[in-house]
Amino acid sequence: MKYRIFAIVALLALVAVSYAVQDGFAPKPAWLERQFQLGLDLAGGTELVYNADTADVAAAEIPSAMESLREVIERRVNAFGVSEPIVTIEHANALGGRTEERLVVQLPGVTDVAKAIELIGKTPSLEFRVERLDMRDTATASTSVDELFAPTGITGRLVQRAAVEFDPTTGAPYIGLMFTDEGGKLFSQVTRDNVGSILAIFLDGTPISFPTIREEIPNGRAQISGQFTIQEAKQIVRDLNYGALPLPIELVGTQTVGPSLGQAAFVAGIRAGIWSLAIIALFLILWYRLPGVVAVVSLCMYVALSLAVFKLIPVTLTAAGIAGFILSIGMAVDANILIFERMKEEIRRGLSVKDAMHEGFHRAWLSIRDSNTASIITAIILFWLGTSAVKGFALTLGVGVVISMFTAITFSRTLLYAIVPNTSSKLSRILFSNGSHF
Amino acid sequence: MYIINNRRWFFGIAAVLFFGSIALMVYPGVPFGIDFTGGTAIEVVYTGERPLQKAIEAALAPLTEVASIQPAGEQSYLIRTKELTPEVKESVLNALHINSAPYTLERYNSTGPSIGSELQRKSYVAIVLVILCIVLFITFVFRKVSAPVPSWKYGVATIVALAHDVVIPAGAFVLWTHYFAAGDIDLLFVTALLAILGYSVHDTIVVFDRVRENLRKNSESRTVESYDVTVGKSITQTFGRSINTSLTIFLVLLALFIFGGEPTRNFSFLLMIGIIAGTYSSIFLASPLLVFFERRQQAKAHAAAQKSTIL
Repeated sequence: MKYRIFAIVALLALVAVSYAVQDGFAPKPAWLERQFQLGLDLAGGTELVYNADTADVAAAEIPSAMESLREVIERRVNAFGVSEPIVTIEHANALGGRTEERLVVQLPGVTDVAKAIELIGKTPSLEFRVERLDMRDTATASTSVDELFAPTGITGRLVQRAAVEFDPTTGAPYIGLMFTDEGGKLFSQVTRDNVGSILAIFLDGTPISFPTIREEIPNGRAQISGQFTIQEAKQIVRDLNYGALPLPIELVGTQTVGPSLGQAAFVAGIRAGIWSLAIIALFLILWYRLPGVVAVVSLCMYVALSLAVFKLIPVTLTAAGIAGFILSIGMAVDANILIFERMKEEIRRGLSVKDAMHEGFHRAWLSIRDSNTASIITAIILFWLGTSAVKGFALTLGVGVVISMFTAITFSRTLLYAIVPNTSSKLSRILFSNGSHF
Repeated sequence: MYIINNRRWFFGIAAVLFFGSIALMVYPGVPFGIDFTGGTAIEVVYTGERPLQKAIEAALAPLTEVASIQPAGEQSYLIRTKELTPEVKESVLNALHINSAPYTLERYNSTGPSIGSELQRKSYVAIVLVILCIVLFITFVFRKVSAPVPSWKYGVATIVALAHDVVIPAGAFVLWTHYFAAGDIDLLFVTALLAILGYSVHDTIVVFDRVRENLRKNSESRTVESYDVTVGKSITQTFGRSINTSLTIFLVLLALFIFGGEPTRNFSFLLMIGIIAGTYSSIFLASPLLVFFERRQQAKAHAAAQKSTIL
């Protein structure tokens, strides 16, 4: 009786998880909405791999230099208008002790590689531009920012150092700039000539601050105060300090997948998944009868749970990842087959169906545990060594194997115990037997 | 018992396939892809009539060193060249518009030689590491089994099986890509080999596990049974499970092979061969090897005993 209640709970859980994980079959509340994250090979797009030259950087400072490199590149890519770009740092440990630092830039939907490469490779520009007084009166809402300001020749090249500082009275953060000698002279001249005008600060062509010149600034120092948070101030300071990229980079790999090819691969992966589920279900039910039906329900739970985990972590799905998942469906079936074959043996030895089932689970567990552990070891090594494509495969395989063990020993068991007959009739023997035996 | 008694035949079949595969890897040779050698792979789909392969060869020859041009499907070409600089890339892409034939660039993949050689090294390390970890794991899991064959020999039997399972699919892949389909050895290939390793061990452990259980049962009930009988019995008992599981996974892969589309076709082919090899090795190779080890131990002990009586 206890198991029947558990079984009902388990089935309800299956319905709930399936509902939460489905897309487009039934409406669901917004907090449940989560999309699968598709890799570039399925979504189409470009992946660029850069080697960073860390030869001139002390070993201890490499991580922070890489981090600022990543942020600079990420900001440039964002400026490109790519939806959800991913910029990641990869430590390529070449096992000889020499570590190469790489930057992997993934641009979903971008196939114009030349433009992307140019954008990433260019040096960002910091520029001070002075207000054009002649435009002050004629300007309308449609006048572009570029028309309102004239270049002064003061650029990021002339900034020696930038730092976040705080106003002693209000505590508000501002940015302190120190120019080089050349920059200081130019700055002093520009501020002398334009007292009362706005000196706009442009970063990568976008104005980020509009301070007004109150007086000549002769000492080569300037302050940019504005309505920014400490975070924003730090960001700007980093941009100014790293007007050029913090580390020289070199393009070492490009990969572009056309959107239609990606789409085709995705559809093919899904279709293969559905077919393989159908084939497995047919085989299990024909060969293992009633327990086979249980195994199929349990497999559905397995698939729903895995997809939920893929959405939650989230696991980036690639063609290899989908293949890994489909393979893990096969491994999940194995746990059930091990249990059922064992049950059959125990029934043949003369045990009642009920006892045979308990024995079957008990004895098969060791095999299931040991064999799956071997698969998990493989998945971990793959994940540890692999590049992004291999990692995708390793992750789906590993997650799949863990979840399959879990569903086999909890879900399948609960359902089987719930339907097992207490008496051993001819019919129950036929239902719980398998293969060509009746 | 049939399998144990005829083990020499099964060892022989495995050996022939194993060395045959090695021969294939020497000639025609392992087709390392650009993932490992560095270079550029371009896949174009012509939207109108596809130009002749010769025309493309002629158009690209002055621009760069072309490694291979393979027709794929009805409308596509897969072109491999040495690594292209951005400028050369543009002129290559322009040259592909032969007689201004329209095409779409489906895939462009360029890898520098340093990444390539690093991946190659990493892949070897991964395969060796997986085999090593698995053998250690098996020695650990079967640590309580010491008679009549010590647990590390279960590990050795697994290594032999694993070597068999890696080499034969690799050999089959050489044949496959040489005669039937476009493809080369890329990261996905290595991934597939590692998955095969995982699966084969999975399969082998199930049989070994049964041997362990039967040995324990015998010692508990004080039944005297020779080792080859125990192993033979264990194979028979797990036979149904092995075949059914392998069959299911094989069917899954067949689905992937037929419906999975071009990107994973070679991958699923490799895995299918791997599943067959893995199943064969766990039933016909790894377990009979245990008996082989036990026989040799006995022969040695026997020889030693004779020696001591003579002395």
